[in-house]
Amino acid sequence: MEVLTPQTLDEALAMKAERRDAVPIQGGTDVMVELNFDRARPETILNLNEVAELRGWGRDNGTLRLGTGLTYAEAMGNGLASLLPALAEASRTVGSPQIRNRGTLGGNLGTASPAGDALPPLLVYEAEVVVASADRGVRVVPVARFLTGPKQNALLPDELIIAVRLEPRDMRQTFMKVGPRNAMVIAVVSLCLAIDREADEIRVSYGSAGPRPGLVTVALDHAWELTELVARDASPIDDVRGTAAYRVHALKVLVGRALQRCLT
Amino acid sequence: MRIALTVNGESLEAEVWEGESLLYALREHMGLPGSKNACEQGECGSCSVLLDGVLVCACLVLAVQADGHEIVTVEGLGSDDALHPVQEAFAMTGAVQCGFCTPGLIVATVDLLARVPDPTDDQIREALSGNLCRCTGYAKIFDAVRMAAGS
Repeated sequence: MEVLTPQTLDEALAMKAERRDAVPIQGGTDVMVELNFDRARPETILNLNEVAELRGWGRDNGTLRLGTGLTYAEAMGNGLASLLPALAEASRTVGSPQIRNRGTLGGNLGTASPAGDALPPLLVYEAEVVVASADRGVRVVPVARFLTGPKQNALLPDELIIAVRLEPRDMRQTFMKVGPRNAMVIAVVSLCLAIDREADEIRVSYGSAGPRPGLVTVALDHAWELTELVARDASPIDDVRGTAAYRVHALKVLVGRALQRCLT
Repeated sequence: MRIALTVNGESLEAEVWEGESLLYALREHMGLPGSKNACEQGECGSCSVLLDGVLVCACLVLAVQADGHEIVTVEGLGSDDALHPVQEAFAMTGAVQCGFCTPGLIVATVDLLARVPDPTDDQIREALSGNLCRCTGYAKIFDAVRMAAGS
């Protein structure tokens, strides 16, 4: 096993181009579990912790750019929480303080778990994933197309996720998550809802109730249809965390509560 | 691979396997077994340390990622002659039963009190939500945090 630690983004992309099987590691909250439990023995690990370009967030003419290394703790911080309240709410439900200090947005997209807590807010925001490679430069993929299946995404072997881009809008929004306790919980189901008055629509995204997080959009004056639409769109399975029937039931309850929270 | 880092104020070097965690490196290569090894997946918090001043699970940090960085473990908080006020409070209130979760809880409490000197019960609960005690000692742990906050 070899660990490569690039100091700049260019260096990181060059390394990834040369070692396409290299596993990127940022906060390590997913990758380290695989290593510790002997489930993965990658030949090369690409440690992105020292690449300053991947950290933090900023504005570029109204567009918000969230670095792939943005931690959940940072997403909960004062500056971002007021711009992206549902992402901040979702981030607060991730793991524990220790996990939120290390786990990153890029990791959530890279792992592409159907239960990834940051994913429903990003879908509701209609965010885009910025990926890059040494050979072809930057490519932008909407989150909805980036997430292709359970733990599968549209990243090519020589690419790295470098940022998430989105246009923050003034929307009532919320995130909810069902689990046995408030901390250290992988979502049994999760739900993010936003009222986009500018587009005259309501967007709902749900997690842990299908092979990938789903997105349902409905016109604002059709809010009454939403509960059934979400229930029909979801395709949950029975697993250790809950049954499919419970997940559908819980999703319906959450849609009702989220609508109440955001419409009143 | 050789890494060089600062642990509890002291510059250290260690030869580590590329795939091993910071926790393993601390315990097996640096003679610092205070951080405990239990779940190895960030669930229990018994390996909590400060990495560049930030509370993390040492089991989820690749040892190589700590190269050039600064770590504080439970061993760096007090000495045999003078316990850290948080350690003192845990001992005074009997917030220790088997003791396995204690180092992680103490590091997490030190982190909390550095940011929030006078935490509410909700803030304590939130800050320690990633640290599990299976002897059911949470009531005493709350007493300890409140005592340390007052000291």
